[in-house]
Amino acid sequence: MDIINLTAMDMREKLKNKEISARDIVEAHIDRLQKMEEDLNAFITISKEEALNAADIIDEKIKKGEKLGPLAGIPIGVKDNIITKDIKTTCGSKMLENFIPPYESTVVEKIKKADGIILGKTNMDEFAMGSSTETSYFGITKNPIDTQRVPGGSSGGSAAAVRAKEVAIALGSDTGGSIRQPASFCGVVGLKPTYGLVSRYGLVSLANSLDQIGTLGRNVTDVALLLNAIVGYDEKDSTSVNMDIIDYIEGLSEDVKGMRIGVPKEYLNLNMDERVKEQILNSIEIFKNMGAVVEEISLPHIEYALATYYIISTAEISSNMARFDGIRYGYRAKDYETLDELYINSRSEAFGEEVKRRIMFGTYSLSKDNNEKIYKKAAKVRTIIKEDFDKIFEDYDIILSPTSPSLPFRIGERIEEPLAMYKSDIFTVPINLTGICAISIPCGYVEGLPVGLQIIGDKFEELKVLRLARAFEKHVSLGGENIGL
Amino acid sequence: MAYKTVIGLEIHVELMTDTKIFCSCPNEFGGEANTHCCPVCLGLPGALPVLNKAVLEYAIKAGIAFNSKIANITKMDRKHYFYPDLVKGYQISQDDVPLCSGGYVEIELEEGTKKIGLTRIHIEEDTGKSIHTEEGDSLLDYNRAGVPLIEIVTEPDMNTPEEARLFLEKLKSTLKYIEVSDCKMEEGSLRCDININVVDTETGKKTNITELKNLNSFSGAVKAMEYEEKRHISLLKEGENTERETRRWDEVKNETIIMREKGEVADYRYAVETDILPIEIKDEWIEELKNSLPELPHAKKQRFIKEYDIPEYDAGVLTQSKELADFYEETVKYIDDPKQVSNWIMGDVLRRINDEELEIEDLKFKPKDLAKLLELINEGKISNNIGKKVLRTMFETGDSPEKIVKEKGLIQISDEDELEKIVEKVLSENEQSIIDYKNGKDRALGYLVGQVMKVTKGKANPQMANQIIRDMIEEQ
Repeated sequence: MDIINLTAMDMREKLKNKEISARDIVEAHIDRLQKMEEDLNAFITISKEEALNAADIIDEKIKKGEKLGPLAGIPIGVKDNIITKDIKTTCGSKMLENFIPPYESTVVEKIKKADGIILGKTNMDEFAMGSSTETSYFGITKNPIDTQRVPGGSSGGSAAAVRAKEVAIALGSDTGGSIRQPASFCGVVGLKPTYGLVSRYGLVSLANSLDQIGTLGRNVTDVALLLNAIVGYDEKDSTSVNMDIIDYIEGLSEDVKGMRIGVPKEYLNLNMDERVKEQILNSIEIFKNMGAVVEEISLPHIEYALATYYIISTAEISSNMARFDGIRYGYRAKDYETLDELYINSRSEAFGEEVKRRIMFGTYSLSKDNNEKIYKKAAKVRTIIKEDFDKIFEDYDIILSPTSPSLPFRIGERIEEPLAMYKSDIFTVPINLTGICAISIPCGYVEGLPVGLQIIGDKFEELKVLRLARAFEKHVSLGGENIGL
Repeated sequence: MAYKTVIGLEIHVELMTDTKIFCSCPNEFGGEANTHCCPVCLGLPGALPVLNKAVLEYAIKAGIAFNSKIANITKMDRKHYFYPDLVKGYQISQDDVPLCSGGYVEIELEEGTKKIGLTRIHIEEDTGKSIHTEEGDSLLDYNRAGVPLIEIVTEPDMNTPEEARLFLEKLKSTLKYIEVSDCKMEEGSLRCDININVVDTETGKKTNITELKNLNSFSGAVKAMEYEEKRHISLLKEGENTERETRRWDEVKNETIIMREKGEVADYRYAVETDILPIEIKDEWIEELKNSLPELPHAKKQRFIKEYDIPEYDAGVLTQSKELADFYEETVKYIDDPKQVSNWIMGDVLRRINDEELEIEDLKFKPKDLAKLLELINEGKISNNIGKKVLRTMFETGDSPEKIVKEKGLIQISDEDELEKIVEKVLSENEQSIIDYKNGKDRALGYLVGQVMKVTKGKANPQMANQIIRDMIEEQ
């Protein structure tokens, strides 16, 4: 038995049945990691010692017959913009190259409480700004399916690590598609939950009205397993929602017959890779065959989503990046005479191009002259887009779309063209603008490269989304599992 | 030529909630540097603010006390600027939807009551403190970061520095009344910025507004305003104008000094603080808070007039602070002579407090002791003058009046035989005065009583001494 090939659910079962130990699991994954990292660079920090210690504690628990948490023994990757107490949290930036947080994020606290094992911190675009993991200060992460290509981003490290079986499951963060797009590019499953379902306490803010922590795995059940462990109201995050806890694994197997699915006509008319479109149309047929009702719908204001997203997100970015000033923690320039120079030199030297570009955008739209006509107007358009979605969800359970308009692109192909890069977020950003939930699941392969299908649900309809994804996953055999590495 | 001064104020007041505005760190003044801090008030990456409900409660109380309109929906905003004591690169404050709008504060002028309008009251977080050492280092203490503040902005309704002072006094006493702040200017829990300019009422020509900052006391604020008023007028007279600038008061030089030229107006790039959801304030809660407010100065004054039958002036003085009013009421509980108590408090007690810049809370003696002192006087055990001496000792030692009187042997001589002996002696030494008295010079009697008091070191019962002297002279 090769441990790394097991699903997270299976690892848990075999551990419970004492077929394998937690140490076996962790060691197997560390071996795998050491072998793969040279090529992939999916991790910024590997917390080997901590992981082995955690494994031993779990094995001790098993020995004593103590009750195990739902993530017992499962090796997990955590995106490096999620705070881990005493473990370096860099956000993929030179700014936080040596930042060791003195506190714990709520999600990591929950994972530890559930006996999950943090194997390390995964690579990402600098401060989660990017769609390719090429803007990381710690080097590019490569797509395990084709190392000439990007893994997507910004949670590219998490997606690649899951795909390459370095970890069973991983946490990512999604502000405009940063979980779903890399999931799509790496052929794994990635869920962006509803805004407020998972506490953001300890997630280093990119655009705080859009950010959400979510889960990545090689199958829908594993994604639901990790989601179960991290949801719930947190008094430390005012935007987290106080509601009854749902078990996202139970109910996964329910039938999807009669589910009403809408496909926005505006999406299918968009300029996209025809091969991607074909896969999506095939998937729609599969849903019809499973007994779902699929109809064409309209989201009339969706064409404004991308512009709205980039105005709101960059405005919030310029604000959220302001705390990195070289005064209390993080990078401080060596040469400066005045306080202004300390700020300017530190930030100029430690932030990468993409971060600076977005700070500039955001500063511009928040400035006195533009605040009303750009920033506040974008907030109004955001409300209009929300209303479009609300209207659809009165009649439909699910909306379907591609996750990305293109196949995984080559490293370096788009990094010099920020606008082209931004455009690849076209299907994912509306979900963040409206705060609803969506999952990306592999729905086919084109010349060995995966295509992701985005299944979108209304607020707090994760179970519906996961159920449909699970049904689809059971129904199709993609055969892309062992492509590439 | 006639000039009109125009003054508007911006006052920052620290609220005395138990914990800070966005975290559970203690809200206490002082403490070892950087010990009242956590990831939230230090603005560490990933930490999120959670609004303390008590801050809303305190700020709404202030809004009610100042007759403001309380918003039913409000929100928090981010105000951006870079400074080392500002941990996030922005201050969480309120921009276009303040918690309280409008309102006013009434001040009493000789010509009657004047309403000073308020523009708004909003809530925000305080920053840390920079400490600049003589060696040229800058040290940072973030204990104050996240301390809750209200910012009160007035309309430019004050026309003299004295009006501004009266406004500040009233504002302070009201905030202390409703127990939302201790308003200690020396500890920075009340900070005041002043906008001042002057209009030539004949030509309509105005000076540019000067902003005054870093004022450490009300008296300093008044001096700074008086200084600026003169400076603006003299410039107007010369046909010149002031610069748009920020100045501070230099207590040593007794003048205002330029801090920075205003030039371009700062751009704070306000953005919505989406880490905190919009805040809904229900009318029932506002009503509940309204009912929970203690008696406010004006109502208390009216009650004092009615309940204690004291003049309006007395009631006004006694209710200028809650502590003073409480002291008065407590004293009256022990001695049923409200006017006498009022006289003593307004006279000897307040004079001393003002001279030494004390607070009523700092007094070493209790209302009960003051009542006892008045009782000793009323019972004739000590004279009024001895009473004043005893009070002085009470200020210094805090000892009970009985103890002071006993230890110093101040009990009044009211023994007739003893007094007669003393009077006999005084009369024998002052024959001329007796003749004067008999010739109708009333002043001679006063002199003789004075001599008796001198001999007894003030302990003779003056009324009795007076009577005995008259009786004895008539008998002669």
